[in-house]
Amino acid sequence: MDINMFMQHFINALGLGSLYGLIAIGYTMVYGILRLINFAHGDIFMLGAYFVFFATVQFKLPWMLGVAIAIIGTTLCGLLVDRIAYRPLRSAPRISALISAIGVSFFIENIAVVIFSGMPRPVVQPPLLMEAFSISGIRLVPLALMVPAISFMIVTALLWMIYRTKSGLAMRSISFDIETTRLMGVSVDRIIALTFAIGSALAAVAGIMWALRYPRVEPFMGIMPGFKAFIAAVFGGIGSIPGAMLGGLSLGFVEIMSVAFFPKLSGYRDAFAFLLLVVILLVKPTGLMGEKLEDKI
Amino acid sequence: MRKFLLAVMLCFVASGAAFAADDVIKIGFYNCLTGQNAFGGQLELEGVQLALKEFPEVLGKKIELVVVDNKSDKVEAANAVTRLINRDKVNVIIGTYGSSLAIAGGEVAEVGKVPVIGTSCTNPLVTQGKKYYFRACFIDPLQGAGAATYAYRKLGSKKAALLVDVANDYAVGLANFFKQSYIKLGGEIVSDMRYQSGDQDFTAQLTEIISKKPDIVFLPAYFAEGAIVLKQARELGATFRFMGGDAMDNPEMVTLGGEAIEGFLYTGFAYAPDMKEMNPVAKKFTENWKKAFPNKDPNGNAALGYDSFILAYDAIKRAGSAEPDKIRDALEKTKDLPTVTGVTTLDKDHNPQKDIGVLEIKNGKKEFVGTIVPE
Repeated sequence: MDINMFMQHFINALGLGSLYGLIAIGYTMVYGILRLINFAHGDIFMLGAYFVFFATVQFKLPWMLGVAIAIIGTTLCGLLVDRIAYRPLRSAPRISALISAIGVSFFIENIAVVIFSGMPRPVVQPPLLMEAFSISGIRLVPLALMVPAISFMIVTALLWMIYRTKSGLAMRSISFDIETTRLMGVSVDRIIALTFAIGSALAAVAGIMWALRYPRVEPFMGIMPGFKAFIAAVFGGIGSIPGAMLGGLSLGFVEIMSVAFFPKLSGYRDAFAFLLLVVILLVKPTGLMGEKLEDKI
Repeated sequence: MRKFLLAVMLCFVASGAAFAADDVIKIGFYNCLTGQNAFGGQLELEGVQLALKEFPEVLGKKIELVVVDNKSDKVEAANAVTRLINRDKVNVIIGTYGSSLAIAGGEVAEVGKVPVIGTSCTNPLVTQGKKYYFRACFIDPLQGAGAATYAYRKLGSKKAALLVDVANDYAVGLANFFKQSYIKLGGEIVSDMRYQSGDQDFTAQLTEIISKKPDIVFLPAYFAEGAIVLKQARELGATFRFMGGDAMDNPEMVTLGGEAIEGFLYTGFAYAPDMKEMNPVAKKFTENWKKAFPNKDPNGNAALGYDSFILAYDAIKRAGSAEPDKIRDALEKTKDLPTVTGVTTLDKDHNPQKDIGVLEIKNGKKEFVGTIVPE
């Protein structure tokens, strides 16, 4: 393999990995605060992609407006899911909330099939983002650079919010102990709702960028990216935001490079991703950047 | 549970095998009229209806068409055939789009002892070892060989690459048949890449293929995946041509793929309303279709619906009886029957040897390039 080809694979991996990372952040935030794996996250991501499809393709709105509508719409959906399916179970055993999450996931997928139909639909890519150019033999579209750039900006902004603002402080405090935080006069439900809002908005951003890069929407498009992002979150250390990003990037590299270096095994690409999950759970259960959790009794 | 239900159903079929009243001859039709394959199933129904209008009677009796929807679902397909045999007591059945559906329906027909004529189910397993299943379309080995012949002989390609969905039987089968024929013809397979149904990122596989510099890439995918593979390939700067199979024949493909799909070639059934050399049956079919459905173009599926009816009609006439078993025996002897998609002769496995059509996407529309005899 020559250097040019390696660089091409590198760019491909960077694009895919940062998308996984972006979705993984949504998982990790909710987990970090509620110890809940929000299995509906992949489906919220799908809704984000559909919102942008309806806004720009069906209603022919300008791109930026479509993006804004998609983010707002998806955030509202995320809040609705929390209000209806998770909040009533806040004091129930954790397993109930987990089962509720799986239920929500199936519900959103199937209602989407009924409303949007199972037919895959095309997403219009703004030509400005798609004009391919070459740098010393490596093919690039502006979008391929935009995706990692936006992802890193979002991670930075999130870290600032969590470590430098009051709401962030409240979030960190909830993750330690919900009851004590409530006693301190923090409106716990509001902060959790905020977490879901941010998580869903991120899912929307990921959904939009995914729909741009792989320009097709269908009701089950969130399942695989959702699983992959979950692996990424576990790999990076679930609960840690930089970890989620790092996990996403690593997963993107594992997937792309496994095909690049072992082309004969390209059919096992997804298997490599899931193998990574098993290995991580066996070798380093807390992930790359996860803190060792003391069991709270 | 499903197996148990199926067993119960089969018992019903076995005990209830009797046939229709004397005054009419009933032809059953089961196909995907709703669900994900509704596009193809609907066109096949219209093809059958068109044929019925032309041939409303046989042996001095009226032909009645009984239509059942299988909802693009395997269980529903088995139910549909059960219903046609038990309740409607049909003499012969036509259907369906989708090989897995035909395989499910075929199990029931085998027990009920009613012959079925498959419209566009191309997997060899549909008729393999079956006494009562026949078909009007070519089978995948022939299609794969046809694609390879076209790629090697007509396009003059010497190096081909494959990009195959490993989780899809249709794709794996077709790719293998392409590979065998292409190598036999003297070509070389330079890269054999795989992916899984549901994958959306193909950049790694495509980058690898591009580095091997093939003349053509064979992509036996369904239209939804095929379209985005082509888009990503163009983004990565691929200049070679892509070729696919009949599952790419869907108008949505152009909407999904846009400009990237220009020049895409695929094999399909040897009929299109714009084909240059038409046999007399195809000519008549096209004329009648335009009268019946002025706002809709026919395609290969519509033609196969029509052909399936002709096969049934011809068999009943030759059998001189509406008894399912006699129709079956007559179907087995089908020889040199002129149909829309070529002259039909059924071999010992109940499959016709037919020419393969080649289509190309030009200016956002599919165009019939010609037919090819697989080598």
